[in-house]
Formats: sequence, structure tokens, C-alpha cells
Amino acid sequence: MTVTSEFLDSSAAPAGVHQGRGNLNGDGTLLSVRDLAVTFGVRGQREARAVDEVSFDIRPGEHIGLVGESGSGKSVTSLAIMGLLPDRGVKTSGEVRYDNENLLTWSSRRMSSLRGRDIAMVFQDPMTSLNPVVPIGTQVTEILRRHFELSKGDALARAGELLQKVGIPDPKRRLKEYPHQLSGGMRQRMLIAMALACEPRLLIADEPTTALDVTIQAQILELLKELVADTGAALLMITHDLGVVAGLCDKVNVMYSGRIVESATRRVLFGNPRHPYTGGLLESVPRLDSPRGAPLTPIPGSPTNVLPWTHGCAFAPRCRNAVDDCRRVTPALRPDGDRELRCHNPLSDDLPDDQRTDA
Amino acid sequence: MLRFVLRRLALLVPVLVGLSILLFAWVRALPGDPARALLGQRATPEGIARVNELYGFNEPVLQQYLLYVKALLNGDFGRSIQTGQPVLESFFEKFPATVELGMSALLLAIVVGVPLGYYAARHQGRFIDTAIVSGSLLGVVTPVFFLAILLKLVFAQWLGWLPTSFRQDARIDATHITNFYVLDGLMTQEWDAAWNAMVHLALPAIALGTIPLAIIVRITRASVAEVMHEDYVRTAESKGLSPAVISRRHILRNALLPVTTTIGLQAGLLFAGAVLTETVFAFNGVGQYLFSAISQRDYPVLQGYILFIALIYALINLAVDVGYGIIDPRVRVS
Amino acid sequence: MTIPLPPAQGPFTGNDPSGPETGAYEEDERGLSLWRGAWRRLRRNPTAIVGALIVLAFVVVAIIAPWLTPYEPGSTQWSGEVSPTSVPGPSPDHLLGLDRFGSDLYTQMLFGARQSLVYGVVSTALGLSVGTLLGVLAGGLGGWVDTVIMRAVDIMLSIPSLLLAVSIAAVLGQNAYSIMIAIGVAQVPIFARLLRGSMLSQNKGDYVLAATALGIRRRRIIIGHVLPNSVGPTIVQATLNLATAIIEVAALSFLGLGESDPAVAEWGRMLVAAQDRFEAAPRLALLPGFAIAVTALGFTLLGEAMREALDPRTRR
Repeated sequence: MTVTSEFLDSSAAPAGVHQGRGNLNGDGTLLSVRDLAVTFGVRGQREARAVDEVSFDIRPGEHIGLVGESGSGKSVTSLAIMGLLPDRGVKTSGEVRYDNENLLTWSSRRMSSLRGRDIAMVFQDPMTSLNPVVPIGTQVTEILRRHFELSKGDALARAGELLQKVGIPDPKRRLKEYPHQLSGGMRQRMLIAMALACEPRLLIADEPTTALDVTIQAQILELLKELVADTGAALLMITHDLGVVAGLCDKVNVMYSGRIVESATRRVLFGNPRHPYTGGLLESVPRLDSPRGAPLTPIPGSPTNVLPWTHGCAFAPRCRNAVDDCRRVTPALRPDGDRELRCHNPLSDDLPDDQRTDA
Repeated sequence: MLRFVLRRLALLVPVLVGLSILLFAWVRALPGDPARALLGQRATPEGIARVNELYGFNEPVLQQYLLYVKALLNGDFGRSIQTGQPVLESFFEKFPATVELGMSALLLAIVVGVPLGYYAARHQGRFIDTAIVSGSLLGVVTPVFFLAILLKLVFAQWLGWLPTSFRQDARIDATHITNFYVLDGLMTQEWDAAWNAMVHLALPAIALGTIPLAIIVRITRASVAEVMHEDYVRTAESKGLSPAVISRRHILRNALLPVTTTIGLQAGLLFAGAVLTETVFAFNGVGQYLFSAISQRDYPVLQGYILFIALIYALINLAVDVGYGIIDPRVRVS
Repeated sequence: MTIPLPPAQGPFTGNDPSGPETGAYEEDERGLSLWRGAWRRLRRNPTAIVGALIVLAFVVVAIIAPWLTPYEPGSTQWSGEVSPTSVPGPSPDHLLGLDRFGSDLYTQMLFGARQSLVYGVVSTALGLSVGTLLGVLAGGLGGWVDTVIMRAVDIMLSIPSLLLAVSIAAVLGQNAYSIMIAIGVAQVPIFARLLRGSMLSQNKGDYVLAATALGIRRRRIIIGHVLPNSVGPTIVQATLNLATAIIEVAALSFLGLGESDPAVAEWGRMLVAAQDRFEAAPRLALLPGFAIAVTALGFTLLGEAMREALDPRTRR
């Protein structure tokens, strides 16, 4: 396979970049997750279900958000899609549909030729995600040479162009350097360059800005947005920060303790959150348009204070709206107007339509 | 890099100076007066007078020390009481044998130890891992001399597969150029002699190499187990790289850093182990020489050997640090 | 022959394969103190139990040795029955047979345990106390004291510890004290480094900063806060060093620098003496050899298990 040049030539239209790269699923989705469940079990200890009943679709070029606190299972979901969970002590069930096949049934060999080429990933901590003893050039070229038949020289040349593209100055020199010679922001740019090197159809970004300085965060998000738009890749943005999702995603899934609790388009979700958890998340984000002096409302308790889903609603111990049923009956994810919702006693839907605004 | 090496060499100076003071004091602390200690049982009044003259034992202490250092700098490490031969000369004569043995032992330890440790780490918690870890623990706690005796008993005396002692059979008329017998055999194309020397090396090398082998297995396992869960390994996996590339470039290259340091430390300890191993197998190297020196109270030899070993130990560790710098770019900069 | 063991995770505890973000249903252990937690983990660890049993057996045998045998150690009253080609094997009178000098091997083995225990404990205690003192002085006072002590330690570490012990034993002469001192001194650098290192790392700790900010005096901080935190690693190192010490005692005997009194049973010397009776009676070499190895194994297992139990990283 030869390298398509559209990515480097940003004036070219994004559409069509991925034509001939494999098919979409029958229903027109690029990736479709159905009833994904991941269970961790250490010998002799209780099994822990990290992810359960997770379903969502990603269409070509679409930006999907997966939002939740740490421990909500959002990263485990992404690792399950990538086939990067450890073999031992982990049980995965459900379906990750791609190119009309279930990725969960693929051999590790087949998955590895898909990873990096069709689906790529950017991780949270750029300080630890790059190999400290391998030159930057090698780390970028190795992915190119793995998936495309490139000579060493061609791969290096292309790696230089990639670094340029992600805004790393003096790429020729940088290629010979080592990660510790770069700042955190520069390293994240490198990771993004690597992830987009093969122009994947789907980019999974797992908290890509969390470990960075606040001033750098916006730059990196902007860069991601731009590059994803250029290449026409779909984006699965995993974050705990609703602010990140607000400027980026078409559709948002909110996860709590391993399950999706609310799923809607960005407009619907931000305009009128129905799940008390989503509501709590939104209220704890400072807003420019709130009245002066209005206090931020944090969600009480901590994410470790959960009820097992088998006994009721996991969020019940922290929920202001909790009713008796919440501690007895497991809520199901049900369609609720223009969204899906997992709640016995949701927040009211009483906002007049004209007050629904984007965050 | 050159500055790094020079700085390390400079750091070595105080250690060597301190060691020379210590060894100087040591001879004076030996039972009896120093001349008698250096001459041993065969000390005659004339001999004592001669030694006192030679080493200036009648001079003030500071003067004596300076004389000692001056002699050392001139390559005079003293003379053996038993043979009267200069200590350094005997060392150089016998050193190739010990180096040959030590290198074989270390090579064995690395070639077997690193893969075993790696394999155990990749199969953590399974039976094979438990077996390797338990085996390495046994290797660590078995005294060198006991293992040597055991190997000799089983493989040389009971089974008769390998020779019990010496570096080469006496019947072999080999040409010795470098005193590395295997190398000599290969250089002169006396294949029989080279093979014979290798056969003689086998048991001593296994005996001497077992402890470093066990330690390398353990360090490699611990290190690989840690590196395996590093974020950058996950990044490499997310790039779809082949398992071979991930293992070699991303796991091993990082995991071998602590292993390198360990190998350096072990190389030094081999010189202590060689004393015991060479003695059991009557392997004519510096180790056996030292053993006889210890039992004969041949102190000049012991004194010279310790200084000699300290020097070589330091040089090995310097080499290891340089090697470390080559693998790890972070060290190079600082 | 120091044995620098890596902080390997034991084979029996397994590694935590649970990936990121699975804290939800974990048992809460915060209520337990460091020591109680460590003790609980230790009790559950099969490695620790095996190690502790070996050590216990060794110590008990060493203590009650005189009551386990009707014979005196070193008594060569059956020397008439021994010849260069034959050494009588096990019999009802002599459970393990005779040794080459005509002593009862079983008795010699029992008293050998006693000898190893005394040598090991005394020498390690010596190394521990001197090393700890030097390490605390170096780490606590810093400055030129630190420089001098650490240079001395560097010098001692520039020689393999067995050779260091050999040189010291040569100076002190051939007796029990000389061996114990030689092996003890050879251990000093290990403890000095350990203590200094842990003091320096804890000097940077937040709780030391907090205590300093509260105006507590430096000496009190060291005694009250820093030292107690070094106790764990020191105990672990001492346990591991007992194994090394027992092996080194035997090695010194092997080199002819051990106890000169032939009436004293010592495993290392028994091994040496057995060498020329190999063909006739291999058990003379095998039994003391295995005894040394198994004892060292016991201390090593126990030490490793303790390190694991105290390591915060294995706590969940």
C-alpha cells in the first residue's frame, strides 16, 4: 500500500482519504460497540466488572465523546476496542463491529496490523508514553515502516514532514533527539504525529490534555481538531472534562461506574442534562455566563462510593434525586425523547426550548 | 563521553589512594613486625634486615608510605614469600586463565540468564515462572565451593563425562602464545588443544557462573516485569508493532539497564568466586595462586592481589557505566 | 560474596493484572497500620512461611543440639573404625555414620548448626550496628562527615567482601572472634549505604519538611521520624545478610582461615575435610553442603517475603 498524500497537502479535501481502506459496517457506521463488558478477575479475589452494557456507534468523520470520572471505565472501553487489555485475568464480551466483523474475535496478530493503521490512539501522559531510550525519529518511523512498505530514508523524510505538521520546530534535528529533550507539550505533539502517521480512520484520544499545562491544553486540542478535520478521521474523545467535549464532539456518552448513564447529542446534553450525574458534572464546571458570585456545586462523595449496578443505581449514594427504587432496582438505559437515559428519577425536562443553549 | 570517562577516572583516584593506605596499614597490623610478616616463617635476621632496608621499615611512617606508593607506581607489587617471584609477574602469567574462566562464566550467566528472566517475566505467575524463580533462588544460596564440589563429584567422578581438574590434559602438547588456552588453540589451529581446553573449562565455568546467572535471572525478571507495564510499551502496542519489535526495542532495551549494572557488579565478584572455584578444580589461575598464598600466609601476594582486583573491578564498572550511557541517552546528557 | 537480590515480586503473590481504573470494589486497607498490614501480608505468603519454617527449624536445632545427641561434638572416639578407603555409613548407633576423623556425623551436623547460628548472628549484629551508626552519621550530619564515611565505604566496596573478610581474618589470627569480626566488618558498607540512602531520601519527604516547619529540632526529627521509617528495610537487609554471613563463614573455613580448633564442628570445614573422601563417602560433603544451602535459602526466602510485605508498591 502506498501512502496517500492528502494529509500532507492540507488544502486537499478531507473526504475520500480513506476510500479503499476497508468498508463501513452494513448500517453505515465505522465502528459499532454493542453490549461491551469487561471483567477483571484476580485469582482468589472477587471479580470486578469495569465496563458493562456499553453500546455506541461512530460514523465516519464523526466526533464522539466518552465522559466520566476516573474509574468510570472509559479508558478500559478504549483499550478493549484497541485489543490492548491483558490476556490474563480479563474477560471481554459483547461486540466491537468494524468492517462488518467483530474485532473482539480477531487474533492478536490481525489486531496488530489494524492498530496504528486503521485505529490509532493518543494516550494521556506524554511524559511516560514515549520510550526514553529510543530516538524520536525511530519512534515515528517504526509505525510508518510497520504499516507501509517504506525505505528507511523515505520513512525519515515523511516523519520529518509529520513533525512539521504537528508544529514541532526544526524537525530534522528533533528526529535525532530523545524524548527527554522535549517539553510535555512537544511530546504530546509527537504522540499525535505518530497516531496520525498512517492516517487512521478512527483516532481514539484518551485524556490527551490532562497531563499538560493549562496554557498548552488549548493548543493541543486545537491541533487535534485541525488534524482530524484534515484527515477526515473519526474521533473518540475520552475525557473527564466536559469543556473539552463541548467544543469538539457531535455526540456525548456519559459513563458512571462502568455503564453509560446518558447519551445524547452535544446540543441536547448540554442544553438539558437529565441524568443527575450529568447535571452535577455541568454544575461543577465554571461558566462565563453564570451570574457573578454564583457558587459552583460539586457532586458530593467520591467515585469510590458506589452501589454495585446489580443492586440498584451505582450513583444513588451520591445522588440528590435518589428515591427508594434507586437503591433496589437496577435502572435500564432507555430511550427518552432525543436521548438515552439510565435513571429512575431524572432531572426535570422543564426548560423551555429557547433557553437551551450550547455550553 | 570522554569527559564522562575522565571524570569517572578522577573519582577513582581517592578510592585507590585510600585503598593503598589501608593495605599499607594492613601489613603493619599483621601479627609480628612487618618484615617478619612479609617474609613468613623462613625469616632470618639477615632477611629481615634486608626487607627493612628495602621497604624502609626503619624510616618514619610517612616516608614508608611514600616508598610503598612509589614502588606501586613503578609496578612493584612486592615479591612472593614462597617463590620469590614478583607478584605482578605471577599475576600476568596466571591472569589469562582466570579471565578465560571468568568470561566463560559471565557469558554463560548472560546468555542463559537474560532469556530465562525475560521468559519468566512474560509468563508471570504461571508454573514455568515459579520454576525459574525457585531455581534462581537455589542458585543464589548454593555456596560456590559446594556447587563446584558437587559438579566435580557428579559429572567428573561418577559420570566421568568431564575432566576433574587442570586447564588442559598433560598429554596434549599445545603451543601457548597468549595463555588463553582456548584462544591459543584456535590461533594455532590446534583444534584438539582448543577443544580440550574448553572441556576443562565447562565445569568450573558452570560452578562460577551459577550465582551471577541466578542473579541476572532475577534482575531481568523484575526489570522486564516492571517495564512491560510502562506506558510507552502500550504506545508501541497501539502502533501495531510486531511482538518482536516491541520486545526488543521497547521492553528489552529499557529492561537491560539495571541488568547491565548488575553484570558489572558480578564481574567483580567473580574474582572472589574464582579463588574458590579454581581451587576445587586445580585450575591454574590467579584464584588458585591466591588460595595457596592465603594458606601459606604469603601476605605480599594477598596485598598485591587485592589492589590488582580493586583496580580491575573499578575499570570494569567504568566500562559498564560507559555502556550504560550508550544505552540510556538520559545519562549521557547529565 | 554479597548477594544483592533484586526487589523481585515473588512468584506466589502474582502481579496485579487489573488494568487501569478498577478501584471500585477493592477492599479498604487504610485502617491498618504499616506494620500490621505487613504482618498480615507476610502471614498469607507461602514464601514467608516456608522461609520462616526453615529458619525456625535451624534455630531450634542450634539451641537444643546437646539434647538431640548422646555424644560430645568433636569426639574422635571411633577413629579406629575409619580408614582412608572406608568410612562407616549410617547405623543404629550413628544415624548418619561417622566422619573421616571418627566423629559421629549426626552430632557434628547438629553442632555445626549451632556454630553457624552464632557466627551468623554475631557478625551480622556487628555489621548492622556499626553500619547503621555510620550511615546515620553520614546521612544525618552531611558535610565532611558524610564525605569521609562514604569514601571509606567506597574503598571497602572496591574489594569483593570475601577478600575483605580474608584480609581482616589474616590480621586478627585464627579464632572464632576473628571470623565474626571479619565477616561483620565486611557487612558494614552494606548497612551504612542503606541507612544513609534511606535517610537522604526521607530528608526530602513531606513529613520531614512539615516537622521542620513546625520547628521540631533536627535530632528529634531523625530519631522520631526518619529512623523508624528505615527500620523495615534494615531488618530485611539483616535477614538477607544472615544468609550471606553463613555462606561466608563456610567459605573462610574452606580457605583455611576458619576456626582452628578441630573439636569445633563447622559445616564449611566439614565440607573441606570431606573432599579427599569423596569416592568413599560422598555424604560427608553433601550433608554439610546442603545444610549451608538450605539454611541460607531459609533466611533468603524470609527476607524476600518481608521486603515484599513492607514494599508499599505491593500494597493495594
